[in-house]
Amino acid sequence: MIERRTWKKTLRALLYLAPALALIIVFDVYPIIKSFLISFYTRYNYFTDVVYARGIDNYLSIFNDPEFWLSLRNTAIFVLGVVPASICLSLAVAVLLNQKIRFRGLLRTIYFIPFVTSVVAVSVVWRWIFHSQYGLLNAALGLVGISSIHWLTDPNWAMPALIILAIWKGLGYNIVIFLAGLQNIDSNYYRAARIDGASPWQRFIHITVPMLSGTTLFVSIIAMINAFKVFDEIYALFNGYPGPVNSAETVVYYIYNKFYVQNQYGIASAASYVLFLIIFVLTLIQLKVGGQKKERTRSKKLATGGGR
Amino acid sequence: MRRGAFSKGFIYLLLIAGGILMLLPFVWMISTSLKAPNQVMTLPPIWLPHPIEWSNYLHAWHTAPFARYLFNSIFVAALSTLGVLLTTILAAYAFSQINFYGRDVVFSILLGTMMVPGEILLIPNFVTLVKLGWIDHYEALTVPWMASVFAIFLLRQFFLSIPKELSYAAKMDGCSDFKYLWLIMVPISKPALITIALLQVIGSWNSFLWPLIVTNSMTMRTMPVGLMAFSSEAGTEYNLLMVAATMVILPMIILFIILQKYIIEGVTRAGIKG
Repeated sequence: MIERRTWKKTLRALLYLAPALALIIVFDVYPIIKSFLISFYTRYNYFTDVVYARGIDNYLSIFNDPEFWLSLRNTAIFVLGVVPASICLSLAVAVLLNQKIRFRGLLRTIYFIPFVTSVVAVSVVWRWIFHSQYGLLNAALGLVGISSIHWLTDPNWAMPALIILAIWKGLGYNIVIFLAGLQNIDSNYYRAARIDGASPWQRFIHITVPMLSGTTLFVSIIAMINAFKVFDEIYALFNGYPGPVNSAETVVYYIYNKFYVQNQYGIASAASYVLFLIIFVLTLIQLKVGGQKKERTRSKKLATGGGR
Repeated sequence: MRRGAFSKGFIYLLLIAGGILMLLPFVWMISTSLKAPNQVMTLPPIWLPHPIEWSNYLHAWHTAPFARYLFNSIFVAALSTLGVLLTTILAAYAFSQINFYGRDVVFSILLGTMMVPGEILLIPNFVTLVKLGWIDHYEALTVPWMASVFAIFLLRQFFLSIPKELSYAAKMDGCSDFKYLWLIMVPISKPALITIALLQVIGSWNSFLWPLIVTNSMTMRTMPVGLMAFSSEAGTEYNLLMVAATMVILPMIILFIILQKYIIEGVTRAGIKG
């Protein structure tokens, strides 16, 4: 039976869609456009919606603001500190969990727990763990002879502290995605490799890594996007401030500060669009590079497979 | 054979060590929350509080209006979840069962909005809420979250997997479309709906930046915002601070452990929003 489109059906569909569409248009679609417009308003009364002047001054002002560059730099350090380490660790755990072991479900649950908890609440817990005098971490480091580190008050250590917290918090999500990817790999590949006498490491490098490249691409894009948007952790770890001498001020903290503390809506909107653009471009680059790699492994596989 | 046993032991060792590292912060949190003040700041750290100070919980409960924060969090999570379920069921029905003009275009635009980071929406949404007079009201905390593109996407996929023959059979029996949706499709889709509800509850409960910005008064705070307010007041009283953190964290851990099947399934399909 072929269902044809009619205007009557369209009207009926609109009735079903109305509640969801109304909310999404008002709170998602409209703000995406409006935010872009606000980023060009230089003098603007948001309550009466009267715009006195427009221009690119907001963008000029953030690019001439050393604080914005600092926040970009800090965000870049954070992303580079979190994403590669988190991917390597979670891949390692996922591969180990994928072996024939007992308590696999229980272990997966344990690794996933931090992910479902409130960021601000666990950050408060970590603030206590990072305590320079009585914190758990310094007590543990003291056991191996490392003198206490001022994690949250030394500008050199604030970012490493933030990175440790973020890796711990996000690991479980990546593990679950990697596990799903691992379970999709045909076990015949491993069987064949074992018959050919490949070592576990060779099997990992020549089967697991290439077969998992799609999953790795997905995980790295999601991890990168989330890392670029870091905010709650900072707010809670440093009790509302962006770390000692702004050493943990990231772009979203900058946006929050301009918007909510200083009421500079135009500048905050401009900064949020710059952030979006950066994330968008980096995602495209990752997709392109990742896509090429996948293409190459596929053709290699075809070439070797065709020879036999 | 002996080498195999050895490497298996090594795998267990690594995995269990990692698992302990994941859980340790929570154990430490609960342990600290049950300590008398003189046992909090000690070297070496005390793991088992003695005596166990259950009264810390009562004390924190009375120092700040946590009862109110808790009510707000539960109320907001429940209301926004009901809203999401309702709008999602209706929208997913239209996208999966009705062939209408512009369906694919509208659906693509919706998927496109998922790519935009939430920070961009913050300022215009704040202005909208000010104009509606919703700032510092429950409407601001719930209504904007009552529709979710991700949820619509998830349920649409599920609805598409229901055989069409079922709908023809129901129509033969004189069942209207609306009745068919609520009496047949919704009950069949229970697993997907539970996943959607759970992700919404967790997202709502843990949400921080949004409730921080759209509420001003103490009586409108949710648990995470209340925790941060308490943290600037309680300052260095870490046992009380850990009580507050436990109250925010533990409900979600329990919920996750009971219903993890649905959560992991939903998360595997796509990321948690926000």
